[in-house]
This record gives sequence, structure tokens and C-alpha cells, in this order.
Amino acid sequence: MAGGGGAPAESRVGQVVLPGDVLLLPAYDEQDTERLPLGTSAAPRGRLLCGPGLRRCAGGLLVTKCGLLRHRRAGDGAAAAGGAYWVDSQQKRYVPVKGDHVIGIVTGKVGDVFRLDVGGSEQASLSYLAFEGATKRNRPNVQVGDLIYGQFLVANKDMEPEMVCIDSSGRASGMGVIGQDGFLFKVSLGLIRKLLAPKCEIIQELSQLYPFELVLGMNGRIWVKAKTVQQTLIIVNILEACEYMTAEQRKQALAKLSGN
Amino acid sequence: MEVAEEAAGCSLRPFSCEQGLLSRPDGSATFVQGDTSVLAGLYGPAEVKGSRESPDGATVEVLLRPKVGLPGVAERSREQLLRRTFEAVLLGSLHPRTSITVVLQVLSDAGSLLACCLNAACMGLLDAGLPLSSLFCGVTCALDPHGDIILDPTARQEQEAHAVLTFAIDSAQRKVLATTTRGSCSAEEAGLPAPRPISGRGGVAAATRAGSGL
Repeated sequence: MAGGGGAPAESRVGQVVLPGDVLLLPAYDEQDTERLPLGTSAAPRGRLLCGPGLRRCAGGLLVTKCGLLRHRRAGDGAAAAGGAYWVDSQQKRYVPVKGDHVIGIVTGKVGDVFRLDVGGSEQASLSYLAFEGATKRNRPNVQVGDLIYGQFLVANKDMEPEMVCIDSSGRASGMGVIGQDGFLFKVSLGLIRKLLAPKCEIIQELSQLYPFELVLGMNGRIWVKAKTVQQTLIIVNILEACEYMTAEQRKQALAKLSGN
Repeated sequence: MEVAEEAAGCSLRPFSCEQGLLSRPDGSATFVQGDTSVLAGLYGPAEVKGSRESPDGATVEVLLRPKVGLPGVAERSREQLLRRTFEAVLLGSLHPRTSITVVLQVLSDAGSLLACCLNAACMGLLDAGLPLSSLFCGVTCALDPHGDIILDPTARQEQEAHAVLTFAIDSAQRKVLATTTRGSCSAEEAGLPAPRPISGRGGVAAATRAGSGL
């Protein structure tokens, strides 16, 4: 267990970090933080983003979750102090974050507001007007038990999370009530992030097997619908097993299935 | 793992740990020290009932289940000690009005049970992905009638010792988070008071060295 002084942040990128580790940031050169720089000689400093798993502390960043440390450079490579640091960690329990697209289950209607279970510590609220084309006279057809794909408008630790099914320009863009049939199941958050990465191999290989519809919620929930129940269940089993299978094992399993 | 040269008793039993073995809790871990093993299951941050919610931070609840029988007074007092240790390390202010539940099940008890509970809970907190300000470990010391310090004592050594101390030590600054004593011993033997920098003598020092090995 490494305690004591911290190590520079760049040297730990790609390594496992544990809670309690302190990552030192590159020191700002000669600038006295109390005074505003008047001259033009000061190089523009990038803004450093402190992502999930890290907290700002005296002297640098304090790691609060165990995982791999990642870094993304700022837009131009010249600003060495810019960019973002975060910790890639694994967990099963979801904590609502603003802007995340999630699948919620309607648990009740209270007045003009639906209550949704999103898997967090509190239920989220969804106004009936937050659907595309919804007005006071034209209400959306949402029943208790329906699945809703939406995004968080308000999600912080102090307030009840609030969801909407329209984006900032008022269009649905894929959000709303998820149709009939299909199968909803839960996986870990790390697998969802892997599946949502651009050009995910798992999704490409599966789509060559059978055609299917897929909705991925950042709260760990996945909804799948294929032509028959058996195909749906096969896809569900493969997605659940993907968490612990290597790429070769997955290719073998898919080759066996497409051979049948 | 560091082994102190001073006394033959200053070594730990072989220990092992497994994480993520239960499918329902958000985090789980089992910790085995010699023949003592404890299984920890964590749930959180989850919903909390109205009267128990706190607007400042998460409500931590600890349940310690003995191997046989119903939990009694001894379990309750250990639960309080564990709860205060976890609250010192968890960044509860990030999840106000939620509850974090730690369920510890004793699978077998062959000495150093409280230290094993602390270690299992720490590995479970890591598996659950809860925000922590540091890691922590638990170490038990026994002072035998000759005055020697035995670390990680077995049940037999605990019975023969005239004092058994358990320490919870954090990983960032090697400070003592919690301590509990059974029996009587002098302050020098225990290595207290803590504000003095941990020197080479005493139970706390041996426990800290063992803790850094863990």
C-alpha cells in the first residue's frame, strides 16, 4: 500500500491506482496565484478536468476509487496542463449523472409527473410534457410498468433526479417509451461503457448473427428484442457472458451458434 | 510482506481474499486469515427510510452475523466500532440521503476476528466502487504473559494472552483509525498515545508494520 508523498500524474497513467493515492499535477511555473498576470509572456494554461474517481486536494488529485488511471489530452497538444484525468473503475450500482441516457421503469403516476425507477438511490421524476409533441391535451400513452429511455436533465447529489425524453431542440432522437416485448436485464456499468465505445466488436459480431433491436442504458440496463424468443435469449446470454469472456472465447461461441 | 525481525511472533498467518463472488450485492468480498474467514456484502448508495436519512452524508449501517446463533451484545458493539471506522474513511458527503449497508457474515472464527472483518469490509468497499479517502486494514495484537507481542493470534493464543488489541490503520498516513482492547496492559506495551510518532516499540508499531505489508 503506497502511502506517503504523491507521484506525478503523468507517470501513473495506465496503471492501477488505489484510494488514498495522491497524484501531483505539473506545477505552474513562477506564477504567483494571488496576482493576475499582466504581461503577455505568460503561456496560456489549459483547463484540467478532474473526472470520476478523483477529487481535488491540496497539492494535486486524490484518488477515491480503485481502477486504471486514464488521461486525455486537451485539443492542442501544446498545453501540457490541460486535458482530463479520470479513473476507469468497475461498479454495479448506478449513481445518476446529468446527461446520461438511461432506461427507467415507470412505477407510478403522481399528478402530472411519472415516477421512474432508474436503479439509483432515489426514483426519478418525468413530466408528461417532456415527450415530443406532448401538450396538455395530447398526453403520452404511458402506463405503470412501461420502459422509458430518456436522459437526465437534473442529477446531482442534493436534488431528486429529473428525466426528459426530448433533447434540447425538442426532438425525441430515439428517446421515449420502449415498445412491447423484448427482454430487459442488468449488467455491470463497465460492460455498458465497453459496448457504447465506438466500433464495438461485440455489437458488430452479434449483428452478423441475427438482426435485433438493442437499447443500452448507462444505468446498467439493456433491452433486447429479436425476431423470436429463442434468438432474444441467446443474445441476452452472450451479452451477459461478455463481461468475463475473452475475445477468442466470444468468437468461438458465436461461430458455434452461427453454425447451427 | 514485511516481517519484523524482533520477535518470532511478529508474522501474519497466510491470508487471501476474493472479490465479486456474490451476484446480488453491489460489492462483495471474502477475506481469509489462517482459519478465520469473513464474508462481506455491500449495498449502496441505496434508498433510506425517512427517519434515518441524513442531509449531510450517507447513513452507514453495519450488520455482523455470527457463525451460530443470533447476534448479541458483543456483535452490536463490534458493529458500532466498524461503523465508525467506515464513516471515517468513506466520502459520505458525496451521497447524502442514501444508505450504505455492510453485512458481514462470520464463516469461521479462529482468532483475530475483528481484524478479519475490517479487512473483508475494506475489500468489499473497493469492489462496490464506493468513494474512499484511503484504504484501511485491521490487525490484531496479543500480549502474552511473557510480554512478547504476537500478531494475528490464533484463538488459543488470544485466550492465553493477558491483553488482545485490535487496530484499524489507514493507508494514506498510517494513522490509527480505531482501536479496541480486551484485557489489561500498560500504555507502553500498547504503544500509545497515538499522537507521538510511531516509534519502533509497542503494539501499534508492530501492527502498523504488519498493516503496510497487508
